[in-house]
Amino acid sequence: MNILKELLLRLKKNQFLFEELVKRDFKKKYKRTILGMLWSILSPLLQLIVMSIVFTKFFGRGMDHYTIYLFTGNLLFSFFKESTVNGMHSLMQNAGIIKKINLPKYIFLLSKEVSSCINFGLTLIIYFLFVIIDGVPVTWRFILLLYPILFMLLFNIGFGFILSALFVLFKDIQYLYDVFTLMLMYLSAIFYTTDVFSPAVQKLFYCNPVYAYISYFRQIVLEQTVPSVWLHLLCAVYALAAVGIGCLIYKKLNYKFLYYM
Amino acid sequence: MGNEQTKIIANDISVRYILGDFKEVGLKDFVVQKLKGTYQRNEFWAVKNVSFQLKQGELLGIIGTNGAGKSTLLKVISGIMIPTGGTLSVQGSIASLLELGSGFDGELTVKENAFLRGAMLGYTREFMNDTYRRILEFAELEEFENHLFKNLSSGMKSRLAFSIACLVNPEILILDEVLSVGDGAFRQKSEDKMMEIIKGGATTLLVSHSLAQIRRLSTKVLWLDHGKQVAFGDTASICKEYEEFLKSKKK
Repeated sequence: MNILKELLLRLKKNQFLFEELVKRDFKKKYKRTILGMLWSILSPLLQLIVMSIVFTKFFGRGMDHYTIYLFTGNLLFSFFKESTVNGMHSLMQNAGIIKKINLPKYIFLLSKEVSSCINFGLTLIIYFLFVIIDGVPVTWRFILLLYPILFMLLFNIGFGFILSALFVLFKDIQYLYDVFTLMLMYLSAIFYTTDVFSPAVQKLFYCNPVYAYISYFRQIVLEQTVPSVWLHLLCAVYALAAVGIGCLIYKKLNYKFLYYM
Repeated sequence: MGNEQTKIIANDISVRYILGDFKEVGLKDFVVQKLKGTYQRNEFWAVKNVSFQLKQGELLGIIGTNGAGKSTLLKVISGIMIPTGGTLSVQGSIASLLELGSGFDGELTVKENAFLRGAMLGYTREFMNDTYRRILEFAELEEFENHLFKNLSSGMKSRLAFSIACLVNPEILILDEVLSVGDGAFRQKSEDKMMEIIKGGATTLLVSHSLAQIRRLSTKVLWLDHGKQVAFGDTASICKEYEEFLKSKKK
């Protein structure tokens, strides 16, 4: 309880800074673009159009609501990617400040996370519109989607912590991470289904945290079933592990970051 | 003498930098060298065995040639770095004004930057709302409120930085080469403002290459050379020694 109290107190103390950082990130992000925030909605939509044109012919045959299947994967994967890439750069981008003023460093990552979340929220609205237009039945179970969203957000933050720390130490990480996300995308069954694989291989897909969250979403939206307890646990464990490791790294390197900036 | 408590006690402080670490080598070479066992890191002591004490209301002038470790020492005191060796005790809120314009965002306006900087220095939103006008007025930037920060002249930037940090009456004020910029009129004004803060009881650390300024303002002087402490104490005598040291170097 005391730790929680202390954390809230610290957050409260830094609330003003947090808000100003969020404002700054937002202003800079859409600066000099004509469509501004509309891009948050447009870019995933354009991606979806391209992907559905390309893949419907190959993978979408004999499957209902393939566009929604695709959109689900793309929605969550884009959230993961945007949020972690932003997170990775959050420390270095603010190196000038971190080197001069004594501030809690995680605040830079968390403020970046807000803009990824807003993007995700906007896309999520479009997603639900598509779900309704496509005639997918909307049930009470949709409320459960909050569960994977919450844990994916935590996972992204934790993963962002780890990446941002690594990025301070090794600049090479940014290129490696490009390749890594590409690989992860192909392993996340975004545009294909996993039922062509043997049951053992299908289980292996769950080693990929992003796939776990995508799978949760699909089971609720497309299969109208509540996922197993096992999947619930998996979603939570991935998130908590990422946050745990991230916090440990930050704690350990807190004063060492400076030497590498 | 009850209010003259000791604010900063630095005891045998040392800071070590590591050179040639994987920051410069890159991941691949780091791994390769580590495997081969040829990996080596060079140490560099930016600050070595520095000790001093400051009481409330004192102004410490820190002098030394480039690379003497002045800025590193200030980073330790403001809590950005922890010393590799030695102990440090600092009592009171710190406003640090390290180098000009750093931490500002060129793409934002003067107003946005002022609030952002205020937030970084730990002020509240209410406080910034109340003092924002005064900050702008003091920095003489009223007409530039909505200009992009990158379009300001460097003098204007430093004026803004100084004004934001100084209008809070911090308990400890850290100034790194800040007073030596701006035109003559502003320099006078900022010096006056600083004297006001010091008279209000603040403890100040000032890094400056202007020996005249150090002589005029400091109550104590710390002289660093290549990270080592050459002298600490009386302003007049140390400044004189330092002057002679500089002359002898020129020859």
